[in-house]
Amino acid sequence: MADAPVPRDPFAPLRAATPARVGLGRAGQGLPTAPMLAFQLAHARARDAVHAALDVEALAARIEGPVLRVASAAADRAAYLADPGLGRRLDDATPGLPHGDWDLAIVAADGLSATAVQAHAAPVIAVLQSRLMGWRIAPVVIARQGRVAIGDPIGEALGARLVVVLIGERPGLSAADSLGAYITFDPRPGRLDSERNCVSNIRSPGGLAPGEAAETIAWLLGEARRLGFTGVDLKDRQVAGEETGPRLS
Amino acid sequence: MAYVCDLGGTRHSFADLKALLAAAAPFRSGDQLAGLAAASAEQRVAARYALADLPLKALLEDLVVPYEADEVTRLIVDSHDAQAFAPIAHLTVGGFRDWLLSNDTTGERLAALAPGVTPEMAAAVSKLMRNQDLIAVARKIRVVSAFRATLGLPGRLAVRLQPNHATDDPRGVAASILDGLLMGCGDAVIGINPATDNIETARTLLELIDDLRQRLEIPTQSCVLTHVTNTLELIALGAPVDLTFQSIAGTEAANRGFGVDLALLREAHDATLALGRNPLGDNVMYFETGQGSAFSAGAHHGVDQQTLEARAYAVARPFRPLLVNTVVGFIGPEYLFDGKQIARAGLEDHFCGKLLGLPMGVDVCYTNHAAADQDDMDDLLTLLGVAGVNFVMGVPGADDVMLNYQSTSFHDALYVREVLGLRSAPEFEAWLERMGLLDAAGRIAETPQARLAQGRLLEHLGDG
Repeated sequence: MADAPVPRDPFAPLRAATPARVGLGRAGQGLPTAPMLAFQLAHARARDAVHAALDVEALAARIEGPVLRVASAAADRAAYLADPGLGRRLDDATPGLPHGDWDLAIVAADGLSATAVQAHAAPVIAVLQSRLMGWRIAPVVIARQGRVAIGDPIGEALGARLVVVLIGERPGLSAADSLGAYITFDPRPGRLDSERNCVSNIRSPGGLAPGEAAETIAWLLGEARRLGFTGVDLKDRQVAGEETGPRLS
Repeated sequence: MAYVCDLGGTRHSFADLKALLAAAAPFRSGDQLAGLAAASAEQRVAARYALADLPLKALLEDLVVPYEADEVTRLIVDSHDAQAFAPIAHLTVGGFRDWLLSNDTTGERLAALAPGVTPEMAAAVSKLMRNQDLIAVARKIRVVSAFRATLGLPGRLAVRLQPNHATDDPRGVAASILDGLLMGCGDAVIGINPATDNIETARTLLELIDDLRQRLEIPTQSCVLTHVTNTLELIALGAPVDLTFQSIAGTEAANRGFGVDLALLREAHDATLALGRNPLGDNVMYFETGQGSAFSAGAHHGVDQQTLEARAYAVARPFRPLLVNTVVGFIGPEYLFDGKQIARAGLEDHFCGKLLGLPMGVDVCYTNHAAADQDDMDDLLTLLGVAGVNFVMGVPGADDVMLNYQSTSFHDALYVREVLGLRSAPEFEAWLERMGLLDAAGRIAETPQARLAQGRLLEHLGDG
């Protein structure tokens, strides 16, 4: 015999108070079928996002201007997941990047969610390109199997004063398409995480909209260029809302 | 000193004890990443042969992290109880495994042995043990601790209620707490990971739980899992601090990465104990650990991650914690790649902690970039229930919406209690009974009367 139908509960106020999975009901001790499948769907989407391959050409087609394509030293996803160091270095076979007097390098890397980069990187880049008029911006670099720190060797090779890495964040069950933006002044291998600024949870809907995120990134870039550093101190100023420099316009 | 093993004409040699321990460890990605894993499957077994023949006494002399360089090593060596060690002093590591499994080795004997066991001994013998050995021996050991509820008693399984919220919204946190209480969870602790380091937020959350606890007369304890220095500040501010939390690791340098040392932990312990809020004993600390933390902090001294994890328990031991929790699958696939590695590590950690005399719980969990899923968590939860784990996590629907990982749910706790005949802590169980939440069989009831009781409790959300 199957269990009796799960009775209805007055749990609606709980569900309204938090995005957590509360008031799910029970089938015996276990989950009723509907919330069990809802969990499986969320996890499936997260796993698919982790293992999805970035469609480099589709992304490149949505980016204004020349695009460079590189890969990290991680040959595949398994290697990428097992050794984070591989995703921070460029593949030895990477062709020379055009060294120049660049103010900014923009890198789009798959990270842990190619889904996020595919969906949200191009609109962020478009806003940055239009907002940063007068900046010398290097050709956008699309990096496969990249971690945040892959922006360091790329920025160094290009000779850029700043690099912003747009990268897929580790998917949670509530969002598999969340993009992060990491800004580093004077990029070169060995930079610490504490020397970067981050704008996270970029996604639409449900997070920081790409256009809005690009405004914040542009503000941080302007501050970083003016002050000559990125990292914890810059972040503190931003959080406190003490705009010590003029907003870019 | 070098160690060798001849197998079928091949001589396998290991430069020192830490190389031997690392090579003997079951394969995991973190040791591979650190360049410490055995070079082949055969070499791994050769290391186990060599380890099996090693006298336990050698582990007191050949130190994996130098005494001069590390206060954790000094703690281990200086607090070793030779008298407690005496019953096994003549044994090799292999002999120790047989001794642990022996029917003559009872829980009482194992409890008496604990001060004589070093973390390196525990780690070494665990590397010779299959999963069933880790379960069979751990199951014999009961480590009881108490605050307002008594934890670790035979036939009991407690749950940390983990009501995290992405913005620490008090009403959202209260909703998850009530959901968990109605599912019979929260006897180990109601413990929140705050989204920020903000002191005022932590104080608000502590007051929220304490207020709810007092109004409903719940026999449990609360904790906001923030840095020990924040908790010291909260104590100074007069916030209702039951337990002081801290993440710890197995080397002095890794602990420095966490911003703590033994002196600071002692200061926090003493300040928390002095509050006099524990009516049943002197257990006022809550520690969390996890394999891989030392290497990720660049502080592993060439020692494998499981041996260092056992050393973290040595850090916890002098502070008589209420709870020690290994957050086994949180660190990611570069340390524990998949469900198999996570399960093995969870069983090792639980065994080593219990052997060292600690009240072990396990956060049975995984991230979305690890090759694991709910089925893997079901397996490990069931294994740990059989092994006698003191407590597990209870997260609404297994989905932590703040930390973005999956742990065990309230439902999972009900499942494992049901299939293994386990019950909540006695004081907490009596409270559930008083509140009308249990049925005649001791399960969380689904009767009309229980619905009414649930409705009355849910009304407290309005005040949250």
